[in-house]
Amino acid sequence: MSIIQMLIIVFALFAVTRTVLQFKKGAVSRHWLLFWILFWVGAGTVAALPQTADTLAHIVGVGRGADVVIYLSLIVIFYLIFRLYVKIEQVEGEITKLVRKLAIDELDKKN
Amino acid sequence: MKMFALIPAYNEETTIADVLTRTRPYVDGVIVVDDGSSDRTAEIAGVHGATVMSHVINRGLGAAIGTGFAAAQSLGADVVVTLDADGQHDPTEIKKFVEGIEKGADVVIGSRMLTGFVGMPVHRRVAQVVGNLVTFFLFGAWVTDSQSGFRAFTKHALSKIQIKTNRMEVSSELIAEAKRNGLILVEVPIQAIYTEYSLSKGQSFFVGIKTLLKLVVRRLTR
Repeated sequence: MSIIQMLIIVFALFAVTRTVLQFKKGAVSRHWLLFWILFWVGAGTVAALPQTADTLAHIVGVGRGADVVIYLSLIVIFYLIFRLYVKIEQVEGEITKLVRKLAIDELDKKN
Repeated sequence: MKMFALIPAYNEETTIADVLTRTRPYVDGVIVVDDGSSDRTAEIAGVHGATVMSHVINRGLGAAIGTGFAAAQSLGADVVVTLDADGQHDPTEIKKFVEGIEKGADVVIGSRMLTGFVGMPVHRRVAQVVGNLVTFFLFGAWVTDSQSGFRAFTKHALSKIQIKTNRMEVSSELIAEAKRNGLILVEVPIQAIYTEYSLSKGQSFFVGIKTLLKLVVRRLTR
């Protein structure tokens, strides 16, 4: 087994334990816990058994296992960025609600 | 018919007094939303008899209009007319909006295109048309001046419109909301008054792209 494979497996185990800890603390929802566990188990599996990537590549019609890993990773990253963007917009809306309430309360106080 | 002018303002201390003085004769009251200004906008507006709502931090045009709408509703407004704080709009044209409302409109948009975009620099005209197209393709609502800040709304329109955006994208959102709620929308021709001062305030291309992205997200997450 190569060094990169070992590094990825170790990191995947570390990431899973960290995610479970965050879930216990309530910082991560059940839905995201499942997502991240599946994600890191997937990453660890592909690292330990690179043939899985090659098989998947063959099934979907891509040349190399490494290529399909990169394609999938990019899709996941774009999706996550979109989710983050939506979340930020929500937070902006909440901040505005707060600022609005302060403005209204200040006006009521004046009158 | 109780009519309020709603003037969102961010650092407009040099023009707000003049706009207030010229607007006051045409309405029953003026609401100025000071959107986190660092200058004396709020103070000057207060001195000139406006009801001043102050945002502690700058939230954007959309947020300011949302706050203004809430204030207008609690003050019992029948009609709200929005206009810019930088002197770009001529308050004498408010009567055109009143006419539109009296003829049955829920929402009246002042359109600079209907006066041929006179006085508007070319790159602004292009931006206008792009804004119109975006509003149409994302929300199915066509108006000739989607980004116009000179608008009027009835009490009924205010009760139906939900503003979720914070910044410049609100212009398109207001029109989208009018369409979504089946509100009667008419356009009236207005002058575009461009001074060196008001020309310096405006959106850059980069801001335009960000606005477009936010509108897409708004459309997708409705």
